[in-house]
Amino acid sequence: MIHFVILISRQGKVRLTKWYSPYAQKERLKVIRELSGVILTRGPKLCNVVEWRGYKVVYRRYASLYFCMCIDADDNELEVLEIIHHFVEILDRYFGSVCELDLIFNFHKAFYILDEILIAGELQESSKKTVARLIAAQDSLVETAKEQASSISNMIAQATK
Amino acid sequence: MNPFSSGTRLRDMIRAIRACKTAAEERAVVRKECAAIRAAISENDQDYRHRNLAKLMFIHMLGYPTHFGQMECLKLIASAGFPEKRIGYLGLMLLLDERQEVLMLVTNSLKQDLNHSNQYIVGLALCALGNICSAEMARDLAPEVERLLHGRDPNIKKKAALCSIRIIRKVPDLAENFMGPAASLLKEKHHGVLIAGVQLCTDLCKANTDALEYLRKNCTEGLVRILKDVSNSPYAPEYDIAGITDPFLHIRVLRLMRMLGQEDADSSEYMNDILAQVATKTESNKNVGNAILYECVETIMGIEATSGLRVLAINILGRFLSNRDNNIRYVALNMLMKAITVDAQAVQRHRTTILECVKDSDASIRKRALELVFLLVNDGNVKPLAKELIDYLEVSDQEFKGDLTAKICSIVEKFSQEKLWYIDQMFKVLSLAGNYVKDDVWHALIVVISNAPDLQGYSVRSLYRALQTSYEQESLVRVAVWCIGEYGEMLVNNVGVLEVEEPMTVTESDAVDAVELALKRHSSDMTTRAMSLIALLKLSSRFTPTSERIKEIVTQHKGSVALELQQRSIEFNSIIQRHQNIKWVTDLLVVNNIARHPLKILVVESMHLLLGCWCMCRSSLVERMPVLDEAAYLGKRAGSSQPTLSAEKSSKPTTSAASLKLPNGVAKPPAAPLVDLLDLSSDDAPVLPSAPNDFLNDLLGIGLPNSSSSGAAPSTTTDLLMDLLSIGTSPAQNGPSDSNVVPSSAKAAESKPAPVTAPVMDLLDGLPSNASPPRDENLVYPTITAFESSTLKIAFSFEKQPEKPQVTLISATFTNLSSSTLTNFIFQAAVPKFVQLHLDPASSSTLPANGNGTITQSLRVTNTQHGQKPLAMRVRMAYKFNDEDKLEQGQISNFPPGL
Repeated sequence: MIHFVILISRQGKVRLTKWYSPYAQKERLKVIRELSGVILTRGPKLCNVVEWRGYKVVYRRYASLYFCMCIDADDNELEVLEIIHHFVEILDRYFGSVCELDLIFNFHKAFYILDEILIAGELQESSKKTVARLIAAQDSLVETAKEQASSISNMIAQATK
Repeated sequence: MNPFSSGTRLRDMIRAIRACKTAAEERAVVRKECAAIRAAISENDQDYRHRNLAKLMFIHMLGYPTHFGQMECLKLIASAGFPEKRIGYLGLMLLLDERQEVLMLVTNSLKQDLNHSNQYIVGLALCALGNICSAEMARDLAPEVERLLHGRDPNIKKKAALCSIRIIRKVPDLAENFMGPAASLLKEKHHGVLIAGVQLCTDLCKANTDALEYLRKNCTEGLVRILKDVSNSPYAPEYDIAGITDPFLHIRVLRLMRMLGQEDADSSEYMNDILAQVATKTESNKNVGNAILYECVETIMGIEATSGLRVLAINILGRFLSNRDNNIRYVALNMLMKAITVDAQAVQRHRTTILECVKDSDASIRKRALELVFLLVNDGNVKPLAKELIDYLEVSDQEFKGDLTAKICSIVEKFSQEKLWYIDQMFKVLSLAGNYVKDDVWHALIVVISNAPDLQGYSVRSLYRALQTSYEQESLVRVAVWCIGEYGEMLVNNVGVLEVEEPMTVTESDAVDAVELALKRHSSDMTTRAMSLIALLKLSSRFTPTSERIKEIVTQHKGSVALELQQRSIEFNSIIQRHQNIKWVTDLLVVNNIARHPLKILVVESMHLLLGCWCMCRSSLVERMPVLDEAAYLGKRAGSSQPTLSAEKSSKPTTSAASLKLPNGVAKPPAAPLVDLLDLSSDDAPVLPSAPNDFLNDLLGIGLPNSSSSGAAPSTTTDLLMDLLSIGTSPAQNGPSDSNVVPSSAKAAESKPAPVTAPVMDLLDGLPSNASPPRDENLVYPTITAFESSTLKIAFSFEKQPEKPQVTLISATFTNLSSSTLTNFIFQAAVPKFVQLHLDPASSSTLPANGNGTITQSLRVTNTQHGQKPLAMRVRMAYKFNDEDKLEQGQISNFPPGL
């Protein structure tokens, strides 16, 4: 089971966190501090797993961003690396060659995508296409709602002119 | 735009925060935004609610408190539109967790949304429920989720399946409701649903054995078919990763197979073929392929696979181990640890490679490899492996040395076949990484050395040699100092030289130099210094020429700021001054030191006691420390709570040959009550069966009963002191020993009548009647005669403050009844564990004859079990009478009730 997902930048700034196991706010900050200390200092050629508090944290670096997932000691580390890559590829498709800034300004969209990939710390969908389709459908629902709202407000604005 | 809204857009806020140069600036921006959001919340602003929540989420990620926004999430979720709900659920998952009570308020909205006609809204609700639901919510909403599992839309189905996993984890009782639907999910075609269904089945197997049985019966075939289909499937662009179709499904099916095949031959047999196919056909040049192989190997190891399949699995691990990718090597080491129980021989073949991994530059790999090596060690390969590891210890990273040292020590201890080898390896470790060696490890080493008379000379010389090069290793210095103190003359006289040794000349003053250096070194801690002082004291009697010099060194520490050192040096100084009869006093002090007993007071008390009595001893030399019983020590270290000394063990001949004349002339068999005195909390203290202890026995006023009378339990004889100090803690143990105490103290009273008025038994038996003592308002207690003999009378008077019923102030008055003056008078008292005793200094140490004067001494007694247990005390008086040392003892049990 994946206990949490953290995205940290090279400078130690948190870009996205998702907790599937209960951690209090204070505890979360402590975990992030602790892990960024361990992970950001590791050399480039070392393996992508660090053992931490009886769990394993699998991480992978994409440009200036570290994607970290915390798993149980008996989970498959290599597969988690693939899940991270799966997530990154979907982000890439959605944003069109994603960069850190996309994730900063559209953090909520990154969350929506993650919610289509993981639920309860388990993988939900192995097809990138399906995820993209579901996200697009929901985005268009939002768009239509917005259009409706603006057309209604236009109508009201015209009526009250 | 609403003209009254002062809020900025989300994008602008993020920009503003990113533009901040300092943390203070950032805080200011966030504070301003939060204030605006709070204002909007209190105005119940609906237009910008979702934007405000998005801002709050960003602020939350930066680590600022955002609890005030929690209700906004609930409002957004309750609104009708999809965009509001979407952001509302996101906020709910981000800002709340299952432990917040606010979450309960959302249950109703969730229920409605789970029944919504729009599949995306149902999806949102399922996602939120799956990520943060609490046990109560799981119970309330389980029927809805179960119903959705039967639906038609794959998007809803897969989400509902994962949501069910969360529900089962929170409330395992609900597992049986999901068994049927989970099994039917495995018949689906959609990969997302399959993946979620397989995971749900895996979790069901973990939660419930009935479910495991059910799924084993109904799903094994289906699973094998799924795996067959997916691994034989032609190129499928939608699920393809590096040429493999849906590795995620592969891995999950393999994992569930492991659950089902565990300890079940039938289903295991059914899986053999497909596992063999996956293990042989999967490409291993990419991470994905290796992930599948890894999972496949784990499944083969987990089920009742054929031996051929297992060989295949081990071979895959061997390939992994020689891979250049660190991740692959890491998982291989991980997997080999599990494989070692299946096929130790096969894992042994990779020993050299694994040993190389211990020296890897990657901490994760090193750690795994070290654990694995630890499992690989056996009697046959321990020597080369230990050598490799110790060699590596020299060059390893600082942060790795701790782990490495601990493992080497435990390997060497566990597999040593000969003492010389063990001692040699330990010395190497001590010189290379002495600072990382744990206390119990070097304590054990000392026990072994003291038990090997023919290796003591070799040990002390090797240690002396090692000291010259590795003075900075704390534990090395400690062991060396101890050995020099004990076996200094073997160092100087080259006693027991082994063939392998190089000849060495060490003079007496060289030996003292070495200890002095340890004492004066800045980095030495208290323990080392204290041990050095003791070593010096011992050397002072063995190396007579250096005696004056040692006295000087000891004197320098009289002004030490550390109480322990100051006290020791003052006491040792007076011992050296009256350089005689200090035989076992030092021995016992060494014991104190090794025991490092937390009850410092007790240790210090016993030191006082011993020093008060040293003048009475008749032996002439500083003897070696009594040999610690190796088996008992190791047994105790391994966690046994009581030292079980059999009679033959305790009567084993010991190196300290002097047999002590006991005051009352009763010859006593050796036993180890001393240890118990120092080891009340039964930590890692060594066990000491040796003759001198009898003396202490007597000091403490406990004669040993005849062994015949204590045939019931050997431990009762050894634990008398323990019992003395823990009266009333465990009746089962106290019963027999108390009855032993009574006749023996009566025996002690033969020569000098001691008024033991009531045996301890009575004291304890009286508990129920004393359970509620009368509460006297005035708190006046009669003065009692606590003790009376032909020479001495002690009267106790009591005082109590009404607000502190537990504390009693006792003033003791001592009167001399004989016709000659008593000098060097010392009074000691011992109380049960539940009582705390504080002794103030006596008014004098000389007691004039014929009652022409008195000594007074006040005692403060705190009875922590006041009202439940009565006070009890043993007393002991030592003095010089007509230039003869006398010792009297007694038990006071006639305390007035209510103390």
